[in-house]
Amino acid sequence: MKPIVPKKNEPIRIGYYICHCGTNIAGMVDVEAVAKYVAALPNVAISRNYKYMCSDPGQELIQQDIREHRLNRIVVEACSPLLHEHTFRKATEAAGLNPFYVQMVNTREHNSWVHTDRTEATRKAMALARAAVQRVPHHKPLEVKKVPVNPNVLIVGGGIGGIHAALTLANAGKIVYLVEKEATIGGHMAKFDKTFPTLDCAMCVLSPKMASVGSHPNIHLWTYSEVARVDGYVGNFQVAVRRKPRYILEDLCTGCQECVAACVFKEPKFADEFNLGLGKRKPVFLPFAQAIPPVVMIDPEVCLNFKRGKNPDGSRTVSDKCKKTCVEACGDRKAIDFKQTEEIKNINVGTIIMATGFQIFDAKRTPFFGYGVYPNVYNALEIERIINASGPTEGEIIMRNGQRPKKVAIVHCVGSRDENTNRWCSRVCCLYSLKLAHLIKEHTDAEVYNFYIDMRTPGKSMEEFYNRIAEEGMHLIRGKVADVYPDPNDGSTGRLVVQAEDTLTNKILKIPVDMVVLSVGLEPHPDAEALRRMFNLSCSSEGWFLERHPKLAPVNTFTDGIFLAGCCQGPKDIPDTVAQAGAAASEAFALIDRGHVEQEPNTAYILADECSGCKSCIPLCPYTAITFDEPRKKAIINEALCKGCGTCVASCPSGSIVQNLFEDEEIFSEIDGVLAPLPA
Amino acid sequence: MTNETKPSSTSGAWTPRIVAFFCNWCTYTAADLAGVSRMKHAANARIIRLMCSGRVDPQFITDALAKGADGVLIGGCHPNDCHYVEGNYKCLRRYQMLKRMIADMGIEPERLRLEWISAAEGEKVKRVINEMTETITRLGPLGIPQKFDEWDREMKHFAEHVAAREAAAGSACAEHGGKPESLEPAHA
Repeated sequence: MKPIVPKKNEPIRIGYYICHCGTNIAGMVDVEAVAKYVAALPNVAISRNYKYMCSDPGQELIQQDIREHRLNRIVVEACSPLLHEHTFRKATEAAGLNPFYVQMVNTREHNSWVHTDRTEATRKAMALARAAVQRVPHHKPLEVKKVPVNPNVLIVGGGIGGIHAALTLANAGKIVYLVEKEATIGGHMAKFDKTFPTLDCAMCVLSPKMASVGSHPNIHLWTYSEVARVDGYVGNFQVAVRRKPRYILEDLCTGCQECVAACVFKEPKFADEFNLGLGKRKPVFLPFAQAIPPVVMIDPEVCLNFKRGKNPDGSRTVSDKCKKTCVEACGDRKAIDFKQTEEIKNINVGTIIMATGFQIFDAKRTPFFGYGVYPNVYNALEIERIINASGPTEGEIIMRNGQRPKKVAIVHCVGSRDENTNRWCSRVCCLYSLKLAHLIKEHTDAEVYNFYIDMRTPGKSMEEFYNRIAEEGMHLIRGKVADVYPDPNDGSTGRLVVQAEDTLTNKILKIPVDMVVLSVGLEPHPDAEALRRMFNLSCSSEGWFLERHPKLAPVNTFTDGIFLAGCCQGPKDIPDTVAQAGAAASEAFALIDRGHVEQEPNTAYILADECSGCKSCIPLCPYTAITFDEPRKKAIINEALCKGCGTCVASCPSGSIVQNLFEDEEIFSEIDGVLAPLPA
Repeated sequence: MTNETKPSSTSGAWTPRIVAFFCNWCTYTAADLAGVSRMKHAANARIIRLMCSGRVDPQFITDALAKGADGVLIGGCHPNDCHYVEGNYKCLRRYQMLKRMIADMGIEPERLRLEWISAAEGEKVKRVINEMTETITRLGPLGIPQKFDEWDREMKHFAEHVAAREAAAGSACAEHGGKPESLEPAHA
């Protein structure tokens, strides 16, 4: 279509369209009256009302009018521009008119949907229409900026979500940087024993994927690393990654663990993080058997080769107190390096996927359950490790007092659905509680009591799973546990009484048990706050990363080019996490495949003739897009760096900075329009 | 204030006109969310969309008040959450200074309000618009355009008065050099 080139001093001819949106707008706003009012305004050539402007016939109406009536401005009064501005710009462009000659008026989300008085809503619609009709003559024929997209991808977080996204993109031929904070990938799933509803072993399902990541030629796996800094924008992010020292040269270590065997500590002595402190490890250790990368690490806090404490610059002093039997055992491989320091790696990527996961609720915040006080109270993750055959008790359910439990209570909703701690439902706890009940019964034949508020088992095959578990003879008691205290009859053995009201029989129960398992809820990761500032993401009020739209864009964020996968966006189970990771990967891939991004041309520029050289604007720009040209004594804006916030525009005392799409004249004419007197 | 009891223009009674400058990323999105959630509120606000609250030029606010707005509402992202890093802080600085200025001009400071509203706070948009409508209904119309008309009429009247005195004194005024002897004080 031959582009329509605006002639100089050509009279403005506005096409105005108000949408009924079915009855969404027309039910509250008298659209015909508004169209009639607008028809009489200056510069308006066409004024129509139509049922669905965003539909094909609606868009064709605009295009036809542009051609037949030589329109050179378009105003569409309908839903939010955040929804359809793009639609009407594209339609206008297809008819040969510059797409930035379009102005939308939000009369649905901001008017018909939120007001109850027809007269007021109609008058508001008129005022808003007038504002747009007065604004649009000032619009300029702008060009969209095209920015190339770097094909590399950064994935932050190496749990099942990050792993799945990484493999999907790497298999498609893209270079992926997978940055994981812990020394190995695997996330929380690596700690689970069996997964619901199929009861297949978590590690059996996970470790092939982990191994694929470890050996994939397209994946740069950086474990024990964190993102330090993020700059740039969609298509062109510059990221600095801090690789923390594990005092082992990753490329040289074969994972043979002879250093661990040779360590001067003959017996493991220090709390094992992977087993949540229930087991022990040595200063040099492999995080867990299936760790990827299969590389040991040294804990400088307890290894005798390091002086206690850090130097001011964060490095550690090597002390030479130890015989270094580990180095000797490593021999020719020479993989141990006590002098290793942290390294900053700088990378360029086009898209980023956040898959940073969650943390479990700290049950010490609900002290009446006795976690941390009574030795036989555990949280669900600790039980996963105890039940697991490669855990600290090799799969035998042995409590801290050395005994095996004959009666076990599982307390649902610890830190969930609770006004005092977290209000949300953590989605997975009822299901994993049933799973744990089954596994505990299987391992010990104990009596298991589940105390729940509601039994929530959504998802495919989950209701069937619940029925199966219920038929195995669990005691399912509908009542929130109020208190856990030592059994007055039997306190010395560590026996506890669980007190709850059975709301179905209206009786208070006091059930003596040997072991209490707290089904802790999911919470945002403690790093989420710091991470989101670095990546410029929004969070919901609870702390989960905010999706762009809960239904239509659940993996996008408000920052273009950054996507979400897994529990960092909200609690969910493994099937949903993997599905979301696939979705995030495909969103990233769509950008990469297209090759470029179109940037809204709302940047600012300086009218050099009017700039007085006062330098007021220069320190205001957070992107340092404004510099001062000393010889000419004028400020200059670098268009490539300008993000279009307009802060400098508002500050200029001589009014010599102009922001495209949001010029002063345009805003002033909108203000004038909304306040103009309306017909009585 | 419930949404059913707002003053109705159908009865012809005055109802406040509030101009709202909302930032695209947080506040405008929150207003959209309020719409999607059908949260009914007062119809007195007219929203103008900007990319950032930092774009709000104090002249926009004074212009809005001069053109007949009874109140101005600015909406931005919460501190530390600005999509453009710091624009909301700059808005805050300008707002603080402007508030003092308009107080000096005799305009009640409650007519200008700055709120931090995040994209998930549709409920807050409803509450703030309702509260502000109620406050300004209580304060009454600001009516600066009408005041401009009044002042113009006063000045015209005064100019005529001066001209008349000059004409009267003009015939006997050669020694005075054309200056009138006394002037009526200008109306406050």
